[in-house]
Amino acid sequence: MSAPLLTIRVERAFGPAVEGEAVVSAEGFSPRYDLDRWTGLITKPGHRLEGTSIKDKVCFFPTAKGGIAAGWAFHDIKAKGISPMAYVFGVTNPVMVQGAVLAGVPITEGWSEDPQRVLKTGDWVRVDPGRKVVELLRRAP
Amino acid sequence: MEDAVELTGDERAMLAGAQGEAVRRALDYQAEVGRFFGAERFVPITNAHMMGDIEVLGDAGLAFLREARDLGARARIPVTTNARCVDFAWADRLGQDPGECAKEREVIAALQAMDVVTADTCINYQTLYQPHLGERVAWGDTGTVIYANSVFGARSNFESGPAAMAAAITGRTPEYGFQLDRHRKGRFVVDLSGATLGDLADWGALGKIVGERHQNYYAVPVFTGFRRTPLADELKQLGCALASYGSMGMFHMVGVTPEAPSVEAALGGEAPWEAFAVSDAEIEAVYRGYPLGDGDCSLVVFSGPQLSLFEIKVLAGLFEGRRLHPGTQVFVTTSNGVRSAAEKLGYLKPLEDAGVAVLEGVCFYILQNLSLLRERNGWRNMISNSAKIVNIIGAHRFRTILRRTADCVDIACTGKLS
Repeated sequence: MSAPLLTIRVERAFGPAVEGEAVVSAEGFSPRYDLDRWTGLITKPGHRLEGTSIKDKVCFFPTAKGGIAAGWAFHDIKAKGISPMAYVFGVTNPVMVQGAVLAGVPITEGWSEDPQRVLKTGDWVRVDPGRKVVELLRRAP
Repeated sequence: MEDAVELTGDERAMLAGAQGEAVRRALDYQAEVGRFFGAERFVPITNAHMMGDIEVLGDAGLAFLREARDLGARARIPVTTNARCVDFAWADRLGQDPGECAKEREVIAALQAMDVVTADTCINYQTLYQPHLGERVAWGDTGTVIYANSVFGARSNFESGPAAMAAAITGRTPEYGFQLDRHRKGRFVVDLSGATLGDLADWGALGKIVGERHQNYYAVPVFTGFRRTPLADELKQLGCALASYGSMGMFHMVGVTPEAPSVEAALGGEAPWEAFAVSDAEIEAVYRGYPLGDGDCSLVVFSGPQLSLFEIKVLAGLFEGRRLHPGTQVFVTTSNGVRSAAEKLGYLKPLEDAGVAVLEGVCFYILQNLSLLRERNGWRNMISNSAKIVNIIGAHRFRTILRRTADCVDIACTGKLS
């Protein structure tokens, strides 16, 4: 396992360790408000990630928006094959956690450094809930 | 594990399968969620309210419900369902997918087999169950939770469909978030002494301003200085907008909500993050903030949350003797109970005579096939007096515009948007 270029500590975490490409959002997220739950594309007009796919990505969101839907929706999009690899939140709400636990998808809350300052979309990262860390493994080409 | 939820003897037996696989799975799931939040124990609850409709469940969620039913899952406390995505009386007229409608019937049957009361309403707090101060419940959607915490002083977290269902099956929930005193303190103060808030949409606009400023579940606002007693429908719009724009789970209003006899009491002895005022000028600015696009007025919606009987009565008065502008469609959504009462009381007739569609058991933004409905009808703008639905419907690619209630009716009847 290569040594990480950077380590972000997280406060709370669930799920198995995973690696994937980062999507770093400046805006919060709700699967109901922002996501087309048939394609995995963020479709809310004006969302700062409008047009971006979250499929197989490690998604960094500063906040959770809304909404009670994530409880079922994360499970649904996992079954449809368009789930993110992991959800990394600055501040989340219980619904996101309830949804991620049901889906078996890693989720974390709280971070020692703001990903927007130290990571870019396209960077390759590892999320390790057991060690409560997110690690940067490779910079985006 | 050191941070695991501490279990009683009963709970250990449940996790060992003494009450069956359905109970074991539900408690195991709740324990995992509780561990994330550092919950120290489970607490008993008296009532649950769950979202479960095919639009959000998907095929995987329906399979989950079938499996739970077949494993013998049964609610051990009263549990009701939130608004769903099909009003079967309207499904054909709306061009909803017959296959998905059949699945929705199967969802309802599976829930009923587990002793879930399929009341299909997001205003259970107005129509079905009013918990008392300190009563612990497990509710979702968010509008129901913020009302329970704030106006009743009951205790609930946002409990999504699977979480509320698990709570109904086990009769308990992990103690974290708003179940705990420490998260119920006000965090910042909002002075309303310069705000008139004369229309329901103004309360939603207030929720948008305050919610967007602190997008945080635990950011509990303390409202103060409002010069009259707010109505339940007004607090409902405020709560729904705070929960929608800010993901907030609770607010205080000094002299109105039970845990806020004074600003100091609401803040729980701590200094607020900040204090600011929202006055009429800021509310007016919200209405000016919506681009009107090509001025399309073909869709006006009164929904999200479902309307109370009083709201329907007001709308009936506003639409009385008028007709919708040709090409404009208006949707109202409410619960079965409210719609039935409105029919009996003569409030539906003026609406239906005007051409308004009054749907029951659904909410507009979760209607099955909504994106396709939008395309088929050529809807570009969605005009509503609900700040929540204006915020929430974005993924379906509507341009949304908030307007006051009487303005929405005028737009619907004149086809003129300004």
